[in-house]
Amino acid sequence: MSTTLAAAATAAIPSIPRDDDGPVFRAPWEAHAFAMALTLHERGVFTWPEWAAALADEIKRAQAAGDPDTGETYYLHWLATLEGLVARKGVASMATLHRYRDAWDHAADRTPHGKPIELRPEDFAG
Amino acid sequence: MSHDHDHHHDHSELSETELRVRALETILTEKGYVEPAALDAIIQAYETRIGPHNGARVVAKAWTDPAFKKALLEDGSKAIGTLGHVSRVGDHLVVVENTKERHNMVVCTLCSCYPWEMLGLPPVWYKAAPYRSRAVKDPRGVLADFDVALPKDTEIRVWDSTAETRFLVLPMRPEGTEGWSEEQLAELVTRDSMIGTGFPRKPGEPA
Repeated sequence: MSTTLAAAATAAIPSIPRDDDGPVFRAPWEAHAFAMALTLHERGVFTWPEWAAALADEIKRAQAAGDPDTGETYYLHWLATLEGLVARKGVASMATLHRYRDAWDHAADRTPHGKPIELRPEDFAG
Repeated sequence: MSHDHDHHHDHSELSETELRVRALETILTEKGYVEPAALDAIIQAYETRIGPHNGARVVAKAWTDPAFKKALLEDGSKAIGTLGHVSRVGDHLVVVENTKERHNMVVCTLCSCYPWEMLGLPPVWYKAAPYRSRAVKDPRGVLADFDVALPKDTEIRVWDSTAETRFLVLPMRPEGTEGWSEEQLAELVTRDSMIGTGFPRKPGEPA
């Protein structure tokens, strides 16, 4: 089921890094970013053409700002696209995204090295 | 970046990117757009396709280059660092060698100690509590579940990863591979063989 979803995504977004067997990821977070886009698409938050256009804009913007465009930054653009669409579609504002980002940072700081990092309400206290 | 060995990280670190990914995931989950289980299912489908998978190349090199193998067993992180094309593996990667006398297997209490740069993502069962506790108490039984049969007199050593130390098993080179190139040999090295819950493929065995 999930590979069917992915096949639709890779067909719609030809730029997704892949080999003969499908998409490949350089790090776990890239797969998370990929999976989130698949899920939001499933939920009807955006269409693939809409996603492709937003991603292309993001890459164009990054290149204008000096992105080396070697493929290594592909999922960074993917993530920025995800954040942009989430904000634009009213799912969560940029301010909310930043607040959660800071909370996770706080959670990492108070978690001893090697323990699983979990978000707690007090992490939002700032 | 300077190498300051006096500085010890006593807390966890997430990269800026990881923070953003976690933030998004949390928000989407809280708002009901994403079910963690559904997300995991997608990621799991790609578990073998994440990361540079340097492990197989490192193992194949150790099989063909005795000097590298010696250095690798002495200091895994340092030896792997000398391979220019291989990305960072973090500090304190210990490589343990399988021999006829001793079979090594690795359990991990936390997925943060798993060397995904070398192996890709861990299999689901690897993180499961039953696997971890049984592996320590009854390693031979766990290995039997994975169809790994070892001679009775082979000692089984279980290594529990910690925050400080991660392990990579150097499996025995399959027979019938004399004269093979590193590239050919790397094809035989499976993830499970580097955790110690499997053997490398034999020549001619399908992938």
